Amino acid sequence: MTQILMPALSPTMTEGKLSRWLKKVGDEIKSGDVIAEIETDKATMEVEAVDEGTLSKILVPEGTEGVAVNAPIAVIGEDTAAAAAPAAAAAPAAPEPPPLVVPVCPPGAPAAVAPAAVRAAEEKDWGPTKPLTVRVALRDAMAAEMRRDKDVFLMGEEVAEYQGAYKVSEGLLDEFGPRRIIDTPITEHGFTGIAVGAGMNGLRPIVEFMTFNFAMQAIDQIINSAAKTLYMSGGQMGCPIVFRGPNGAASRVGAQHSQCYASWYAHVPGLKVVAPWNAADSKGLLRAAIRDPNPVIFLENEILYGQTFDVPVDDEFILPLGKAKIERAGTDVTIVAFSIMVGVALKAAEALAGEGISAEVINLRTLRPLDTETIIASVKKTSRVVSVEEGWPFAGIGAEIAMQTIEHAFDYLDAPPVRVAGLDVPMPYAANLEKLTLPQPDWIVAAVKKLF
Amino acid sequence: MAQAAEARKRGKNREEAFTKEQLLAAYRDMLLIRRFEEKAGQLYGMGLIGGFCHLYIGQEAVVVGVQSTLSQGDEIITSYRDHGHMLAAGMEARGVMAELTGRSGGYSHGKGGSMHMFSKEKNFFGGHGIVGAQVSLGAGLAFSNWYRGNDRVGVAYLGDGASNQGQVFESFNFAALHKLPCIFVIENNVYGMGTSIGRASASKDLSKNGVPWGIPGVQVDGMDIVAVKEAADIAVAHARAGNGPYILEMKTYRYRGHSMSDPAKYRTREEVQRMRTEHDPIEGARAKLLGLGADEGAFKAIDDDVKKIVQDAADFAQSSPEPDPAEVWTNILLEA
Repeated sequence: MTQILMPALSPTMTEGKLSRWLKKVGDEIKSGDVIAEIETDKATMEVEAVDEGTLSKILVPEGTEGVAVNAPIAVIGEDTAAAAAPAAAAAPAAPEPPPLVVPVCPPGAPAAVAPAAVRAAEEKDWGPTKPLTVRVALRDAMAAEMRRDKDVFLMGEEVAEYQGAYKVSEGLLDEFGPRRIIDTPITEHGFTGIAVGAGMNGLRPIVEFMTFNFAMQAIDQIINSAAKTLYMSGGQMGCPIVFRGPNGAASRVGAQHSQCYASWYAHVPGLKVVAPWNAADSKGLLRAAIRDPNPVIFLENEILYGQTFDVPVDDEFILPLGKAKIERAGTDVTIVAFSIMVGVALKAAEALAGEGISAEVINLRTLRPLDTETIIASVKKTSRVVSVEEGWPFAGIGAEIAMQTIEHAFDYLDAPPVRVAGLDVPMPYAANLEKLTLPQPDWIVAAVKKLF
Repeated sequence: MAQAAEARKRGKNREEAFTKEQLLAAYRDMLLIRRFEEKAGQLYGMGLIGGFCHLYIGQEAVVVGVQSTLSQGDEIITSYRDHGHMLAAGMEARGVMAELTGRSGGYSHGKGGSMHMFSKEKNFFGGHGIVGAQVSLGAGLAFSNWYRGNDRVGVAYLGDGASNQGQVFESFNFAALHKLPCIFVIENNVYGMGTSIGRASASKDLSKNGVPWGIPGVQVDGMDIVAVKEAADIAVAHARAGNGPYILEMKTYRYRGHSMSDPAKYRTREEVQRMRTEHDPIEGARAKLLGLGADEGAFKAIDDDVKKIVQDAADFAQSSPEPDPAEVWTNILLEA
């Protein structure tokens, strides 16, 4: 005797209508035979028999509405008294529909956001320095890591024979050859998937996007494949990979080539997101990104490529991911910035000093995991916070910084957090309009003054 | 291309692709997938499996035939209709079924589900839910073999529904350009969800979809395990020898709906019945085995064995505990 139970025929079905029986008592039933039609919340579905035998009893007549999933609807085989009994104890009750509102913070979890990264080691003094451009610092970082690990390779458009669209990979083809410095066709979606597949199989790809604007073609592979596989596989399979290239506004290249993707990627668990400012950041953080066993988004800036900064000469120089740097100490206001905006913030701090306001400038360096500890410690000291980014304000990095300070230092604040961001418009082409959209030092100065 | 055509012409001697013992083993593997999927359908009906569940019933010959040509170390990757691929790759029925029920004993400890399972040990790279994404990833697996200079091949399975995704063609181009050791197995089961291939694809012979890139391809009766094996042998040898990618279009058919909630109104019951009665891959293999002198006792032993494995998997999938709540916060990032 086998009971046929009301089947669940869609991910959301808890009950349905038994609209029609296609078999009657006494009929022989074979596996695969359609025995009934059931109306679910999505469609009318045919029910196929799994078990074989003679249909001995129909427990739910056709036309019955609201039949719960797992309720016995018929009996195959010998009819015994047990046939009419309720579903076997082993069969679980129909699943409860999920609650409409998922609690923001699950019980027992430390916070709504994933636990903070393990605190990275303090930055050490790396000794003597020499001036390098950001471009060369990035190249040197890749070369150093490629010498160290033969599984590291670089692929992207124009990275090899052309020597890099922005000359970041200059000379690498000569040193490492075409198997490790690979020119790709202009097919971001495809070659990103290929790189992610190689990463899943144990290689350590560096994917250069000519700019992050083009990575939107590939964002499915970055998020659905690279960022989620470790979790979806229960920790079996990860993807050590670096996606790098210029991000944000360049100069006069219009709306499709001038966008900051910081908050897009920083939103995603399973990714690390790094945004260096100067040449030392670029070298030290890129080396750490390449060694990191996780997918890392490395947001560079085209305008910074040609700028020169001091970089430690020590061959082992490397910086920790997840640790911000206080670029300028101050006592009256905390200015939090990343990438090219660190330089803008430092100019603003200089101007503010002239007006008697002592600003502390934090260079975030890593956006995910965010070094909230450094931000909060600073805000507790200064009682005021201004975030600066060239991306759009809505749901931007500044929104997260404001929320973190409210959550963790509300009682220390003397004024509401303020965001300085690019204007909430697609980037215009005209020189004067473009200049109007991007944060300038005087925007920051004005924002800070409002806090006093 | 010539090799495949030659092989197709060989006709009568086709059973040579398998010895009787190998064919019996393939029969057993197909039957295991069939019974496993039937049980999965049953557990879904009982509410023990949630969400999406895409059954492989009808297509068993494709994966079993292709897998029988592969060697240790070759990598495979597929879409979300993946239970058959995992079993054919040698993954345990228990672990697969327990993942379907979302239990800690599942391959992904309950965090992946029907569409997302992986096995580093068996070189099975998932289990991917975005149509076509696994094709680029699969080319990437082949790329890693090319990069390392070993003789392994990567196999990317895709459906007819994925065959016109842009990234599939991007991957064809890249694989052909660098002669990556990649086999693209297009499992043409006629329907991409509810849209027939005739309504979705201007290209009618998908085996020729690699022609612009010079990728050889062949159409294969995917309901015939011997034909599948024979074609796969040629494709794998081609890729392994460093000649680049190869496309196998397997003409197959799924008996069940796209997923569990598919009322399948886009095709007739008669069409499904005809495929089941006239082209069933398991029945076909059984007939061939009888012709080779296999006896009923062998089938009975396989039947009993498979039933036991599937029942054990179903029991395990219900008794294995749900994942510990703390698991929700694990496996997001690896420690640097």
